[in-house]
Amino acid sequence: MNNLPLLSLTLFIPIIGAIFIMALPKDQEKAIKYIAAGSTFISLVLSLIVFITYDRSAGGMQFIENIPWVADLGVSYALGVDGISLPLLLLTNLIGFSGVYASWNISPRGKEFFALLLILITGVMGTFVTTDLFIFFMFYEVVVIPIYLMVIMWGSTKRVTKEYAGMKLTIYLLIGSAFLLVGLIALFVTAKGLLGFPSMDIMTLAGVEFPVGFQIFVYALMAFGFGTLLSMFPFHGWSPDGYAGAPTAVSMIHAGVLKKIGGYGLIRIGLFILPAGAKYIAPIIVILALGNVVYAAFICLSQKDLKYIVGYSSVSHMGYVLIGIAALNVISINGAIMMMFAHGVMAALFFAMIGNLYEKSHTRNVDDFGGLAHQMPRLATGFMLAGLASLGLPGTVNFIGEFTIFVGAFSTFKVIAIIAITGIILTAVYILRTLGDVLFGPRKEEWDHLQDLKGPELVPLIVLGAAILIGGILPFTVMDLINSGVGELLAHIGSIQIGGIF
Amino acid sequence: MILQNVLENAWIIPFLPFLAFALIGLIFHRWPKFSTAVSILSIAASFVFSVMVAMTVFSTAEGTVYEAGTRWLSMPGLQVDMGLLIDPLTAVMLLVVTTIALLVQIYSIGYMHGDPGIASYYAYQSLFAGSMLGLVVSNNFGQIFVFWELVGICSYFLIGFWFGRNSAKEAAKKAFITNRVGDFGFLLGILFLQIIFGTLNFNGLAVEIANYTNTGVLSMISILLFFGPIGKSAQFPLHVWLPDAMEGPTPVSALIHAATMVAAGVYLIARAIFIFNTSAEALMVIAVVGGFTALFAATIAIVQNDIKRILAFSTLSQLGYMVMAMGVGVMTAGMFHLMTHAFFKSLLFLGAGSVIHAMHDEQDIWKMGNLSKKMPITTWTFVIGALALSGIPPLSGFWSKDEILLGAFASGHMGLYVLGSFVAFLTAFYMFRLIFVAFFGSNTAGEHAHESPSVMTWPLIILAVISVFAGFVGSPLMNNAFGHYITYVGAQHHEASVSIMIVSAIIALAGIVLAYLVYQRKLVDYEAVKERFSGVYNLLYNKYYIDEFYALLIKYFVDGTAKVMEWFDLHVINGIVNGIAIFTGRAGTALKYTENGQVQTYALYMFAGIVVLLISALCAVFTAIA
Repeated sequence: MNNLPLLSLTLFIPIIGAIFIMALPKDQEKAIKYIAAGSTFISLVLSLIVFITYDRSAGGMQFIENIPWVADLGVSYALGVDGISLPLLLLTNLIGFSGVYASWNISPRGKEFFALLLILITGVMGTFVTTDLFIFFMFYEVVVIPIYLMVIMWGSTKRVTKEYAGMKLTIYLLIGSAFLLVGLIALFVTAKGLLGFPSMDIMTLAGVEFPVGFQIFVYALMAFGFGTLLSMFPFHGWSPDGYAGAPTAVSMIHAGVLKKIGGYGLIRIGLFILPAGAKYIAPIIVILALGNVVYAAFICLSQKDLKYIVGYSSVSHMGYVLIGIAALNVISINGAIMMMFAHGVMAALFFAMIGNLYEKSHTRNVDDFGGLAHQMPRLATGFMLAGLASLGLPGTVNFIGEFTIFVGAFSTFKVIAIIAITGIILTAVYILRTLGDVLFGPRKEEWDHLQDLKGPELVPLIVLGAAILIGGILPFTVMDLINSGVGELLAHIGSIQIGGIF
Repeated sequence: MILQNVLENAWIIPFLPFLAFALIGLIFHRWPKFSTAVSILSIAASFVFSVMVAMTVFSTAEGTVYEAGTRWLSMPGLQVDMGLLIDPLTAVMLLVVTTIALLVQIYSIGYMHGDPGIASYYAYQSLFAGSMLGLVVSNNFGQIFVFWELVGICSYFLIGFWFGRNSAKEAAKKAFITNRVGDFGFLLGILFLQIIFGTLNFNGLAVEIANYTNTGVLSMISILLFFGPIGKSAQFPLHVWLPDAMEGPTPVSALIHAATMVAAGVYLIARAIFIFNTSAEALMVIAVVGGFTALFAATIAIVQNDIKRILAFSTLSQLGYMVMAMGVGVMTAGMFHLMTHAFFKSLLFLGAGSVIHAMHDEQDIWKMGNLSKKMPITTWTFVIGALALSGIPPLSGFWSKDEILLGAFASGHMGLYVLGSFVAFLTAFYMFRLIFVAFFGSNTAGEHAHESPSVMTWPLIILAVISVFAGFVGSPLMNNAFGHYITYVGAQHHEASVSIMIVSAIIALAGIVLAYLVYQRKLVDYEAVKERFSGVYNLLYNKYYIDEFYALLIKYFVDGTAKVMEWFDLHVINGIVNGIAIFTGRAGTALKYTENGQVQTYALYMFAGIVVLLISALCAVFTAIA
């Protein structure tokens, strides 16, 4: 067991699946779907094995694989997971597996769709499991292209055209990644000068004492690059339009995990390697994050398209993640990672339900619906679960994330935390309005023909719903792991915390 | 030995209903009868267990205290346990909650008969019972917040149970959101406690706070924490959700919106009395809010026509009483009233349910009348409940209300004492207005009514018996046993005063007599009074227009802000982004003409470049020389 390269297997089985799919003739639709479902299922099981067998008492990077690749640049194919990346790896696979089922009725060009989807899943996973900066960046770039193709080919046109949405999404991400690239190159070159040898290893780089001015400069670049990816105000514009235009599975993966690469990068690369820079930039991030939490929540109130509501709401929730990251103490960062996991499963479930409803009714406008719980009780359960998770109800994993962030942030920034906590009221207002208008009220005859969830359509509800509830009822299953990772990270960077309670 | 085991295993009391919820939700929901049985059996088992716990706790002279906890959410600097804190306060609440929940679930067999959603009804009932019991046994603020929110969502589900009605949908939403506003303050209070004291455990905090001297901070925390009870116990100005909550099935109103959940706020104040007691300012705020709510709601109740709404405003008013008791420093009296009120108010609501059931969903008291002939059990149990609520000796309400008035009087809050007495008068008046009109009135609409089945009347009879006798445990007749156990360090004990008892009994009787004269003997033409004071009448009937005011606030302030923000996002932020894109595109379009493939043009560019370079070189040279 220990000799198996579990992470590599998890990472590449979807790619192998994609290769098989591309080799099949396109009329073999069933076989294509089974391969997609099968390969994501194997990855999910493997990542669950990793999640369960990870030695929590030992902590640190485990399941390490390391093959030197480009010696002159210090690049190696280095994999490993710790308490920070493991929940996100699991999240990717939960959503990837559910995403296949949410796309069960995709047509035409199912073959290309599933192949691209599997590549996308691998790309996202790769960013979380690698410990090498170069490989990280490479995987990050891998995800951009499939997303663009999937949005413009299988997307939907509502307020904006799918071409506009796809273009906006892609260009935003590319501009963000251009800034990142500048930052990474600066980091590499400076580190080489200080170390005397080239290295792309994140651990090695984190051991380098960069000059403070340099740290601020590079962290600012990263805050912009990763912040854009995390839809930090005011660079969030791609998110609602992009999600609205994208097909269901892409919205699920994008809102669910791809965004989280931003938060993960800010912690793993930004905070870990450039602690002094993080400390300097944190107040700016916190102010912008307030824009996320309050401003985006208000916008949700005036939206009528279900996908825009969830899109803006995800911008709003990312504000909590940013506040957690910027508060720079162990509690707040634990909360930020928990929140990324929680928001991931919740947003993916929400988009899966919306996608299903849209597929059957061809509309996403809240005012068109009403009383759907009469016709579709299971779909209503899914909406309800996602909605209650979204408003941070205890018993869902989202409460754990929010509560922990609030405790952590409150010890660093009181006033800002108080303003941010008003978000729980606004969220309740827009979520309950939406759920009420869509699901409850008198039965509408025009929707009597809609079929409730059945068969494969139930998979996202069961998988993601179970994750929401298990994480919420037994939070220690995830939180202990996160805490071991964050604790080590903060111990490594030592005494830079600002205003912490320790 | 066995008794110790009872306390160690008390976690089973909230666990069983949760288990029933999970079983019904996942497996049994296809079989309504089986779901019903699972739910009722689980709450019955919890009831039996609660009785055993109470026997254990009250077996010692001072009351046994037991605490245990298991790690739930923990990290360096933050620990939230799932714990058990069993003491006399908990034991009383466990008894109250399980007794009423059990009776209400049995009653619902009859009331909900034939409803297509019975399985989910019982699933929510179980979830509610589990959450409420979990709240009661909490040993820390984190846990109490978790269950606090869970009972809130159960209330949302049950108010909106008939989700096909728009009114139910709106009422459910209003209830949850209004509570969220209160929870916002409550959560801030909890966060302050965590940050300042580093623990959320009640006993841990009690030790820390005893040594903490910054009363300003403690006042702030107390008032923030009090936001929670303002929402959950529907105190002014967050009371608006409770009357609307009557959209739910009537047994739900009895259980959640009259007897147990709304009392959670009062229970919280009692549980955290060691914090509130450190701040005279906070206590003053609590007393005034409670007293005001008591009066405010009672004035509304006297003009309402819907039987459930009258009871709902009466609940608001009585909750105000309990909160006021906490504020004037007699926590014991507040808890005592919570207990007796839970019994007689659930009796009244279930009685109202029996009437509504018999009248085919008619809720207007003026369309009833003369029910006493056809529904004797319902009528007489209802009258017992109303007498208890009005505070007629020796029924339970008399003793508990008297304790509160005594507390206000003896602690020098004369204004609140007078206010409380006046509210007692109003209470007796509006309750007997309801009774004389609906049960004894001359209207013949009640002719076709028939008594409810025994599965509904037995719970009424049991509750009526409890409503008569429950008061004795806190009366001088039993040496004030209740006050002996449910108290706190440094609590003042006020000796029972016969004069106050006599005054309050006379006041209650006066209210009943006035109602009798007006509505039964019709000595006063109430229609003429209504005409004469139509301004006041409309103000009261429309609940002081507070709901309308909030609706305007939401429409213009919240939704208006939302519109402005949306405009900003679409036109300013997106505008800038699109502007950059357009600029880039235009720039490309313009610049493409520079690349026309003609060598002469390129030569011109090159020459121009050389000229620019030369000029700048010359400039540089000159500046260097200068």
